[in-house]
Amino acid sequence: MTSPLQQKIKISGPSIVTANRTRDGAVIYRTSSHDWSVKLDDAAVVRTADDARALLTDAAADDLGAIGPYIAPVDVTDHGIAPGNLREKIRQQGVTIDLLVSA
Amino acid sequence: MYAYDELDRTIVNERVSEFRDQVARRLSGELTEDEFKTLRLMNGVYLQLHAYMLRIAIPYGTLSSRQMRALAHVARKYDRGYGHFTTRQNIQFHWIKLADLPDAMADLAEVGIHGMQTSGNCTRNVTADQWAGVVPGEIEDPRIWAEIIRQYSTLHPEFSFLPRKFKFAITASDHDRAAIKVHDIGLRIHRNAEGEVGFEVLVGGGLGRTPFLAKTINEFVSHRDILSYVESILRVYNQYGRRDNIYKARIKILVHELGIEKFKQEVEEEWRHVRDGVLALDPSEIEEIRSRFMYPAYETLSDQPEELRKAALNPNFERWRENSVAAHKVPGYAIVTLSLKPVGGTPGDATAQQMDRIADLADKYSFGEIRVGHEQNLALPHVAQRDLPALWRALDEAGVATPNVNLVSDIISCPGLDYCSLANARSIPIAQELTRRFANPDTAALIGRLHINISGCINACGHHHVGHIGILGVEKSGEEFYQITIGGRADEQAELGTLVGPAVPHEQVADVIEDIVEAYLALRQRPDELFVDVVKRLGVAPFKERVYATR
Repeated sequence: MTSPLQQKIKISGPSIVTANRTRDGAVIYRTSSHDWSVKLDDAAVVRTADDARALLTDAAADDLGAIGPYIAPVDVTDHGIAPGNLREKIRQQGVTIDLLVSA
Repeated sequence: MYAYDELDRTIVNERVSEFRDQVARRLSGELTEDEFKTLRLMNGVYLQLHAYMLRIAIPYGTLSSRQMRALAHVARKYDRGYGHFTTRQNIQFHWIKLADLPDAMADLAEVGIHGMQTSGNCTRNVTADQWAGVVPGEIEDPRIWAEIIRQYSTLHPEFSFLPRKFKFAITASDHDRAAIKVHDIGLRIHRNAEGEVGFEVLVGGGLGRTPFLAKTINEFVSHRDILSYVESILRVYNQYGRRDNIYKARIKILVHELGIEKFKQEVEEEWRHVRDGVLALDPSEIEEIRSRFMYPAYETLSDQPEELRKAALNPNFERWRENSVAAHKVPGYAIVTLSLKPVGGTPGDATAQQMDRIADLADKYSFGEIRVGHEQNLALPHVAQRDLPALWRALDEAGVATPNVNLVSDIISCPGLDYCSLANARSIPIAQELTRRFANPDTAALIGRLHINISGCINACGHHHVGHIGILGVEKSGEEFYQITIGGRADEQAELGTLVGPAVPHEQVADVIEDIVEAYLALRQRPDELFVDVVKRLGVAPFKERVYATR
């Protein structure tokens, strides 16, 4: 499979870099301080392809901490950063169904 | 139940030990994710949207109560208190932490279950009729052969890196509950004209992006020859199957492109070389496996005991009995299906508490044995008919006696976009809404047998192509849409469904399905003319007209 870094990067709006945390698979977001956060609001937002590539390169260097970083669209509003599509919304907010047992 | 031997236990324990070391090296940074990914997948460990997922094989769908309790323990201790039974006689835990996986696997290994070969391009969990060994009219117990193939294919060095994954299913009944025609190899045990028992071998079935029904490659292969024949198929596939394009790598594509006759020529040429070699099965070897399947010490009982006649006065019991209880080969016994499809629930999910309770009930009423079917329900295979009323009350309390088995709300569904990193759309909320729409048991009974299958992407884990009504989630401009097919079926008369028309948005799916069902009720000639039979008779046109006339 081609690495995201080997693919041409095109973004059409504000974007972030997200991945899953190695130790437990939790959804994490790359921050501007070269770290990860479980909060989307902490994510570094990029608006150009060059910045997106730089953020992704920075994230991919942390193979120990995160799995499969990729660029995802977001909406930036007065209330903060919101996922840009349903998949990312589910990753951020959890399943859209009631679980049999509360988490 | 099959009694695993020391070799099985050694293999599983060694694998847990290896994996513990691999996880430690991954967490220390000694292994990169690229290096580790192959290793974790060999043990059924995927990464899904929110967490790691552990897939555990339940070979030929047979579980002991002890194994079920171990699954409950893993759900409770390492996951979020529940598990998901899949369409291939596996169970998945969706919230497990990497660091916990070796301990979870070690706990499962104590009862002989594991995730080996539930992922990767190898022979996957060998599945069989969930009523194997107990259903009347069966020629022999197909699990004996599933077990022989399991032993043959486990860690097989030549076939550990096939072009793509490889799935077997086996049945020995006239009615196919194992969906053999949508597997890479399907085996149907039957008698030839001389009365000998052997296998019809079907090859090249599969769903996904390019669905095909399996074709018969050999009408009759003997017990002695079946492993060498299967090996010949695998060798031809391993040599000629495409490795350059993942979408064209399954054996179904090879069989389709070569044609079944040419493919058969290649297989039979290979077979000439291996037929009389080490894979020729001696009757004593077969008997050795057969002898390790232990059958219950059934009592001598009669059908229709007094307890059952009395309970029949209760309409709720009767409703449940009519579609959850099936005939058993031993007089006075029954096979009981446990519905994991409560109204508004997630198809195939069971809590740790339910698993423990089912294990207790299996001990009390089914000689400690439980079965798992590809329809994502469970079964107790050896229940004395006199115990049915008491069992029904207990199952009802446990929430697994919804009287909908084989009816419209007995929906098969993949986890979809709520969990799966491959999905394009959600499956579970669609299933839940449909179960609410068809919650009235009188309505469901009026409709009769109707299978709805839902997949959240083209990989078709929900087997939507072979649902009487199939629902496939697709993504269009960021929105969830669903393509609807009708007329599919997975049994001995297997068919691929036909698309009704353009995809519909998420919020319209349940309305559309209701329209299709209403059209069926108006079009059927008799109450026992099944939905699929009406589609076969009339085609999709009247359904299409009904669905799209006002949309």
